[in-house]
Order: sequence, then structure tokens, then C-alpha cells
Amino acid sequence: MSDESVLIEFDNVQKVYPNGTVGLKDINLKIHEGEFVAVVGLSGAGKSTLLRTINRMHDITGGDLKIDGASITGYKGKELRNLRRSVGMIFQDFNLVNRSSVRRNVLSGRVGYYSTWKSSLGLFSAEDKQRAVDALKRVNMLEKLYTRVDELSGGQQQRVAIARALMQEPKIMLADEPIASLDPLTTTAVMDDLLGLNQELGITVLANLHSVSLAMKYADRIIGLRGGQLVYDKPIAEVSADDFDGIYSEQAEIKGGAVNG
Amino acid sequence: MDKQQLPQRPFAQKYHVKGIGGALVFLALLWGSSVMTGVNWGEFFTNLDQFFDLLSRMAHPAWEYTNIVIQPILETIQMALIGTTIGTVIAIPFSILAARNLIKNSVVRGVIRFILNLVRTLPDLLLAALFVAVVGIGATAGVWTLAVFSFGMISKLFYETIETIDERPLEALRAAGANNTQVVIFAVVPQVLNSFVSYFLYTFEINVRASTVLGYLGAGGIGVYLQRSLSSFRYDQTAVIVLAILVVVIVIDAVSNNLRERLQ
Amino acid sequence: MTENVKKQNFWARYSWIMWAVIVLAFYVWSINGLQFSGLQESAAEVSKSIMHGLFHPEWSYFYDGSGEDLFSLIFQTLAIAFLGTFVSAILSIPFAFWAARAPRENKFHLRSTSGKFILVFIRTFPELVLAIMFIKAVGPGSFAGVLAVSIHSIGMLGKLFSEALENMDRGSEEAIQSAGGSKADMWVLATMPTIMPEFLSYTLYRFEIAVRSASILGMVGAGGIGTPLLFAIQTRNWSRVGIILLGIIVMVTAIDFISGTIRKKLV
Ligand SMILES: Nc1ncnc2c1ncn2[C@@H]1O[C@H](COP(=O)(O)OP(=O)(O)OP(=O)(O)O)[C@@H](O)[C@H]1O
Ligand SMILES: [Mg+2]
Repeated sequence: MSDESVLIEFDNVQKVYPNGTVGLKDINLKIHEGEFVAVVGLSGAGKSTLLRTINRMHDITGGDLKIDGASITGYKGKELRNLRRSVGMIFQDFNLVNRSSVRRNVLSGRVGYYSTWKSSLGLFSAEDKQRAVDALKRVNMLEKLYTRVDELSGGQQQRVAIARALMQEPKIMLADEPIASLDPLTTTAVMDDLLGLNQELGITVLANLHSVSLAMKYADRIIGLRGGQLVYDKPIAEVSADDFDGIYSEQAEIKGGAVNG
Repeated sequence: MDKQQLPQRPFAQKYHVKGIGGALVFLALLWGSSVMTGVNWGEFFTNLDQFFDLLSRMAHPAWEYTNIVIQPILETIQMALIGTTIGTVIAIPFSILAARNLIKNSVVRGVIRFILNLVRTLPDLLLAALFVAVVGIGATAGVWTLAVFSFGMISKLFYETIETIDERPLEALRAAGANNTQVVIFAVVPQVLNSFVSYFLYTFEINVRASTVLGYLGAGGIGVYLQRSLSSFRYDQTAVIVLAILVVVIVIDAVSNNLRERLQ
Repeated sequence: MTENVKKQNFWARYSWIMWAVIVLAFYVWSINGLQFSGLQESAAEVSKSIMHGLFHPEWSYFYDGSGEDLFSLIFQTLAIAFLGTFVSAILSIPFAFWAARAPRENKFHLRSTSGKFILVFIRTFPELVLAIMFIKAVGPGSFAGVLAVSIHSIGMLGKLFSEALENMDRGSEEAIQSAGGSKADMWVLATMPTIMPEFLSYTLYRFEIAVRSASILGMVGAGGIGTPLLFAIQTRNWSRVGIILLGIIVMVTAIDFISGTIRKKLV
């Protein structure tokens, strides 16, 4: 792919946590617009850390991180919030406000577009209310519009969470183990939703997945992390199942394709 | 977008009937309470200097008073220990009679629970005032107050514990022909002993706190000195007493917490 | 090795003796230390009169329109507890943030530890003394009682609130932040709806306790039913004591019931 379509660029990114744990080490990575990238690796490999540096929920401690060619590491205040607004995120535990209605939760995805006093009083515009209806329809959850979130099943909650993230009209969607708390059937529904966003709305998706078979089914490209380092990066066409021994085995051996870029 | 697809929102939810209704009731209660208690923040703020004057006098504790305070504060602990013990001893048969899984007769259980509920409604100082009238001024009134107070509290904690025990050993013993007393001794006691000791300590902590003010009405302990210092406007002495109470409560809480953790 | 095992056995076997000795010594010390005044000669008689009074309450005191009757004073007591608890709940929120440890902080933390200590101090400061201090400032009456309840309850509510904050699920806050929300957005859209029911439930629980304390604050002149109660006891007007006790029992039972029902619905 050409360099113009590069959306996210990791340039020698380092992340060391305040307590000294190395989260990410020497990460060089280019994600292109419209890709569906699956991130695989053992627990503690740094998958969540990688995703969270992209919307600056974690700050990197070295290197540079660019989105659309602009370095995001120095963003503060309004700039930072605008960055986050353009990057949707969904979580393993959904992170909805359980005691609020589906509608209020979905609307809250729009906060980045409002001043605080408006959003806190619930003064969302009619346009955004319509947007919430559309987002819920997209994930087949419209009939639950006025239901309280704690009355929904796990799979339904995750779809509400996707609808909330859609309200941001994001360019990028980060999904941190979106299906880890779900059963196989709802897993398919949620992953299909994500694929839909990617193919129909052109949103670039990065998803941490524990299951290699799911990664192979849905992603265009698989990257592997191990001990905070990028150890694997291949487009889906070149991936073969035994590549993953290197990521999941005990010895740290870099196997598989050279790092792109 | 066709609106028909939208789910219907019940009237109550649409107009936030619960929220608005609740808020109105709440505001009415607040307003009523303010009127009834004669709240007057203006007066409070204009007289704040008097309050601060009092505070500043308390901020200079009369340290030489410490020696005098030690004896009564120890007496307070003694009162709490004896009172809690008496209360616990009385509470044990009551809690057994109130436990659903031991006493199948719901009338007995109902009567016992009714008595326990009654006892628990009575504030400690009210009991103190009554006992001072009955047995006279002194630590005895305090001990009885704490006994009754902890009786109400412990009985409930105990019978709730008993109701959560594993029933199978009880059945096994009954099947082996044991009578009720034997069932309690061999199947209930071993299961509840640790929680009982833990609750005893917890109640003891609460009673140490409570016992510090009982003397205000003449029921012995440090409270007597508290009352004396306050009525003679010796706030520097009051400060020493309050600090002494703080130290004792913190120490007792720490020891008791430590013991309770070991029991688990 | 074997010696080690033996030693442990020794301890496990005989440590109870040490404990028994400690406990016994504690009891001996307590019993010896207390001056048990022999029962007053009048004790039996007084108990009998109290019983008689309890079963023959002075019904005429229930309501006489003077505003100093049981009915009015019970409501005044409730008002003291209600207003005091409400003010206290509001004052407790900043204390809760002061005392709450941020997630992932396990070490000694100056802000949180100092906040926790302040709360212990407030909890231990006798409510009666507070009431007397406020009487100095605003004069005797229920307002002083309201102030005493407001300040004293911070000790417990601040503690409960801060624990609720510490144990709260931070996920929804994170979600709002990652959507581009400000700190205020996080607070209003995520923290508040998550934590409010818990705060409310604790406040109601504290209200139940405040009702009990408001009914005795009058004994030092801080309003409510306590004043006539102490007066009746001191003047040995047992039938009046009887009706007041009945009033308190009914009031506390009713409030416990109502508040318990609401609390069950909240969580
Ligand atoms: N806030 C933090 N402070 C300190 N260390 C952290 C923090 N968050 C993560 N780590 C550490 O950084 C490393 C990478 O963690 P990360 O959460 O990115 O792993 P992961 O691949 O997402 O694992 P999992 O599959 O379990 O979610 C781990 O060693 C973890 O212990
Ligand atoms: Mg993770």
C-alpha cells in the first residue's frame, strides 16, 4: 500500500509504566486506512497498552506516534479530546453505565461534541437523538432503546457499547478483547458488527483477540506482540496457523514475516 | 426514519414521573424540617465567632488533666467489657430461640424477635437515663445499659449467623438420635463459634465508644468527667478527655480488628 | 525439621492456655476495677413504677396542641435527623474524595491517610459534646441538634462514601474519557449515576441511626423528644416516660421499615 493511506504510524514507540514495567518496546508499525487489524499475543504481552496509546489513554514514554501524519504525543486539552473523539473504543467489560438507559448510554458517546453543561443536562440535539437511533439500529438493538442497561445480556451490552462508540463518528475503532466475556453465538454477532463498520463505513479497526481462528476469520492483517515487542506482522493471505507457535510458545523467537514498513 | 420502529416509552418514564415526584417530596420534607427545627443559618454564621472561641479554647488542652482522666477511662473499658459479656450471655439463648432453622415454632420465634426488635429501637443514652433512675448513679447503671444495648445487637447478629449454617451435620445428629441440646453443642457451636467471637469483639468496640458518653447522665466512666468539664466551662479539660477517648477507641479498634482478622 | 514440627505442635496445642490467661486477667481486672454500687433500696420499687408507667401511658400527652406534646416533638426529632443527615451527606462528599485511595495505590498515601484519620476523629468526637458546643453558638433548641447531627454523621458517611468510591467500577468513566469527554463529563455522565444509588442507600442507613441519636440529643438541650423524656425521668413521672418510650419505639420502627424498604429498591 502507498504511504499516503497510512493512518496510524508508530515510530520506535516505547512505553514504560511508572512502576518500571515495560509495556511496549521499539514498536514500529504502520496501520493503513480501512484495515481490519487483529492484535494477538499472550496475556501481558502489551496488547491493551498498544491500543491505549492510540487514543492516549496511556502516554508513551519514547518515540513518536502519528495519526494522519500529525504527531499526537503533545496533544493537550481540547486537542486531546478531539483526538479521542475521532477514535472509538470498546472494552472487554463493556464499561456502560449500568443504571442508565440504553439511550442515555449511547448518547453519552457524543460528549466530545458538546460543552459540558449541555451534555450533563442531557441537552442533546434532535439530530443526535436520531443518530443514536440509527446507531442502535445498525447493531440491531433499537427495540431496547429505553431499557436499563443492567437488564441486558452481555452480548446486547457489547452491541450497545459499539453503538455508543459509533456516536463519535470515529475514523478508528479500538476493540480491546471485545468478545472475551461473551458466548460463541453472541461473539459472532459482535464480530459481524465490527466487520460491518469496517466494510460499510470504512472505519479502521484494531481488535485485540485471544482467538487466532477468529483473527483469521475477520482480520485483513494480524500482528503479534510478545513481551511488549512486535514479533509478527503479516497480511491475512500469508498467515499460516503454525506461525503462532512463536507468539504463544515459551521462547521468545521472532518468527514469521518481517515487520512492515 | 419511520418512527413506528421506536419502542414505546411508558408515560411514567417519558415524563420522569418517579424522578420529579421523588424530588418534590424530598424538597417538601426538607422545607418542612427546616421550619420545624427553626433553622437559621444567619444566626449560625453571626455566632460563629463564639463557636470558634470555644474551639480555640479546646485547641489548648489542659495536659495536666491527663492523670485524672486515666482512671475513669479505664473504668469505661471495664464497663464495656462486663456489659458486653452480660449482654452476650443473655443473647445466646435468645438467638437460638430466634433462629429459623433451629426453632420450627413460628410463634415462639415471632415473640422473641418482637422483643429483640423492641430492645434495638432504644438509644443507649435513653437506657442509661432509665438505669440511673433504677440502680442509682455509678458504673453499675452503665454496665446494665451496655448489657441491654449489646443484648439487642448481638442477638440479631447471632441468630442471623445461626441461620446461615450448614444444615447437614444437624440432620446427621438428629438421625443419630440426638436431642436439641446435643444438636446445638455438637453441630451448631463448632460452626458459629468464630463468628460469635468476632461479633462479640465488634460489639465491644461499639460499646467502648458508647460507654464514653454514658457518664454524662451519671452512668459511670469518663462521661462523668466529660459532663463536669463541660458544665464548668473547662473546655481545655474537655479537649483532653476527647483526645483520650480518641486514643482509647483507636487502640481498642486496632486490637479488636486484629483479633477478628485472625479468626477468619 | 522434626523439632520444628514439634515446636509448632507445642504452640498449636498450648497457645489457648496463654489466651485463656490473658482473657481471664482482663476480666479479673475489670470486675475488680468497677465499683459495683449495691442496688439502691428503692430499685425494686422504681422498676415496678416504671413498669406500671409503661403499661399506663399518659395518653393525654400524645397531643394537646401546645407544640410541646409527644406528637409535635416526635416530628421535630425526625426533622432534626432528616435535615442533619441531608446536610451531612452533602458535606461528606468532599471528605469522601479526600479519604478515598485512588485505584492501584496500595502504599501509604498522605492525602487518603490524613482524610481517613480526620474521619476517625469526627466519628469518635462525642455527638453530645458537639451538641453542647453548638448550643453555645446558636442557643438551645433543635437547630443545635441539626448542626450536631450534620457534623457527627460526616464521620461515618464520609467513610462509607469513600469506600464506595474506592470499590466503584471505573469502566464507565474510562469510556466517557475515551469518547473525548472532560473530567466534568466523566463525573456527571459516569461517576454520578454509578455511585448515587449507593450514596443514597448509605445516607438512608445513616438517617436510621440519626433518628435514634436525635431522640436523645434533647437530653442536653438540643431539641426533640429527649428534653421532656429526661425531665419526666428525673421527676419520676413514669406514665409520661411510658408514652414517650412508646412514641420513640413506634417512630424508630416505622423509620427503619420505610428506609429499609427504599434501600432494598435502590440496590
Ligand atoms: N497501569 C499499569 N501500571 C503498571 N503496569 C501495567 C499497567 N497496565 C499494564 N501493565 C503491565 O504492562 C504489561 C502489558 O500489559 P497489557 O495490559 O498491555 O497486556 P495485554 O496483552 O493486554 O494482556 P491481557 O491479554 O491480559 O489483557 C503487563 O506486564 C502489565 O502487567
Ligand atoms: Mg489487555
